[in-house]
Amino acid sequence: MSNTRLVTAITLLGGMLSVLLGCAEPYPKTPRLRWYVFDEPSGAFQQAAQSCAERSRGRYAIELVPLPTDADQQREQLVRRLAAEDPDIDIIGMDVIWTAEFAAAGWVLPWRGEAARKARADRLDSAIESASYEKQLWAAPFTTNTQLLWYRGDRVDTPPPTWNEMIRHAEALGAHGTIQTQGERYEGLTVFFVSLLASAGGSVLAADGQTVSLQEAPTRRALEVMQRLANSTAADPTLATAREDHARLAFERGNSSFMVNYTFVWPSARANAPQVARHMDWARWPAVIAGKPSRVTLGGINLGIGAHSRHPEMAFEAAACLVSDSNQRLAAALGGLPPTITALYDDAQVRATFPFADVLRETLRDAVQRPKTPLYADVSLAISHTLHPLRDIDPQRDVARLRDAVGRALRSEGLL
Amino acid sequence: MTRRAAEQRLAWLLCAPAVIAMLVVTAYPMLYAVWLSLFRYDLRFPNQRRFVGVENYVSVLSAEAWWQSLFNTLFITVGSVVFEFLLGLVFALVMHRAIIGRQLVRASLLVPYGIITVVAAMSWRFAFDPTTGFVNALLGLESAWLTQRWTAFFVIIQTEIWKTTPFMALLLLAGLSVVPEDLLRAARVDGANAAQRFFKVTLPLMRPVIMVALLFRTLDAFRIFDTVFVQTRGAQGTESVSIVGYNALVTRLNLGLGSAVSVLIFVCVLTIGVLYIKGFGSDWSRRREH
Repeated sequence: MSNTRLVTAITLLGGMLSVLLGCAEPYPKTPRLRWYVFDEPSGAFQQAAQSCAERSRGRYAIELVPLPTDADQQREQLVRRLAAEDPDIDIIGMDVIWTAEFAAAGWVLPWRGEAARKARADRLDSAIESASYEKQLWAAPFTTNTQLLWYRGDRVDTPPPTWNEMIRHAEALGAHGTIQTQGERYEGLTVFFVSLLASAGGSVLAADGQTVSLQEAPTRRALEVMQRLANSTAADPTLATAREDHARLAFERGNSSFMVNYTFVWPSARANAPQVARHMDWARWPAVIAGKPSRVTLGGINLGIGAHSRHPEMAFEAAACLVSDSNQRLAAALGGLPPTITALYDDAQVRATFPFADVLRETLRDAVQRPKTPLYADVSLAISHTLHPLRDIDPQRDVARLRDAVGRALRSEGLL
Repeated sequence: MTRRAAEQRLAWLLCAPAVIAMLVVTAYPMLYAVWLSLFRYDLRFPNQRRFVGVENYVSVLSAEAWWQSLFNTLFITVGSVVFEFLLGLVFALVMHRAIIGRQLVRASLLVPYGIITVVAAMSWRFAFDPTTGFVNALLGLESAWLTQRWTAFFVIIQTEIWKTTPFMALLLLAGLSVVPEDLLRAARVDGANAAQRFFKVTLPLMRPVIMVALLFRTLDAFRIFDTVFVQTRGAQGTESVSIVGYNALVTRLNLGLGSAVSVLIFVCVLTIGVLYIKGFGSDWSRRREH
């Protein structure tokens, strides 16, 4: 009895082993390049990876490793691996705010020579700038993004040119006048502040990138707008916990007349709330100073090559393919991600996806970069912690507080 | 005597694997954290690592953010543990006395405890959201709970209570079942009423179990992270010490400063443990000696 059992067990085990051995290839013929990038829902990245692998004629395959959608969490997962010199990371979908940090830490390889020239060719200047640090290109510009002003054309005749006018207009509209913005204590609040500050003519860091700038007059103007908005009847009651997606959902419900948000809100509104989308209009982000066009924070992702990649040469080649014209079209058409190739903004197909292509291109041309420092995460934490909640901002007092907090972040001092 | 020594040696030998495992997985990381906390060490710039002594501790202890978060954490801890204990005791008594559907009552009470903390925190965040939630509709309010400090505390604490009261109730139920029936009957014969029996017989006998339950929950509550992270991300002045540590260590990659925060949290936890054992334990052992 027990003997037959033993025989069965051995036979089974042997069978399993042979199956396993048959499957496992100790030395796979084609190297698998691992592309760490946020989990893109439309499948555009997946298709791009496949087509580039095909184009390599079997020299490499590209495997997507999905990261969370939240940029803070993407970074947390990546930096731990990068600091531990993980060779599994070949290609990184880098948020524009990581360039300085990853470059300074030596976590990504620089793009040089012909590869760099091609990666720069015909790309938007602001996108190239976002992938550069200390005059060196560290990633290939792939997709870009920025905020526009979305408003209800049925309630508002002409888009308000400045924040003050928008708040006044929204207050006059009463119950339907709400302005949707991002006011939670997170990186998005830093984005909002940087856009307002740049529109007022200021900057967070001095030209050397090491010291605090935050000039008195523009900083105060930016804080005044935030404080006025948060204490206005036009602010959403949940402003202190509102993120981009919260704003999108609130706008789709139809009770808001204005929203500053990224372009993803357009396909979303058309799919979820057609009756709102029908009246949805767009314009450039409102100015802070009348007559001085706004400067809005640049977003998007660039492709960097992991410093400890096993196949750096192939990874550069694959990344160059992933950011090519056809894949940017794909990302635009399927994923709604604005391209970095300038000429695509005149392409009929891209313009069908982004009917606001002209405003978008104009905004991108004047876009502002977030503080380019390896300590950006610290600086962002300092800014969002100091300014939250927006309703309690005291422009007079908080300019000094902000300067102090950003200064300490730049010196890696103390808790924030 | 020699036999006793030999037995003791055997005991140590038998314990050795467990002791070694504990040393490797707990003592080593803890000592390493203490070691790291003496350095200025940024994961991005490992070459710039240098010894700074207690500088990190000075900078944490002199930061307003630390004391503020310590207060927040203690507030959440006391707020949740007190209510969990009272509610847990009620539930334990109900479960203990339940005659019909005993299994069903116990199982259903455990449901909240079985739910993952992050999921529970998210559910409550949505429940208290003024646009998607049911709480405002139920109470006829129009309040944005998580945007104000004290209401945000309320949401966080009630999430904790909702989630962990079952744990408390189960532990206390175990304590109730060790109270001998004869003792309660004898008290009854002596003319003690229900309240007297509960306060003079049941509670004192449950003392060690109560201590364990309170100690576990207090230490757990003090290390609160997920609920606060999901519901407010530490905004509105609800930051807990764990979130302060997370920001320094995981977001800012400042290993020195972050380790100093971790070590200080450990010291707090240790203090809580000692206070409990001093407060409850000695009293109890004295009683036993009589």
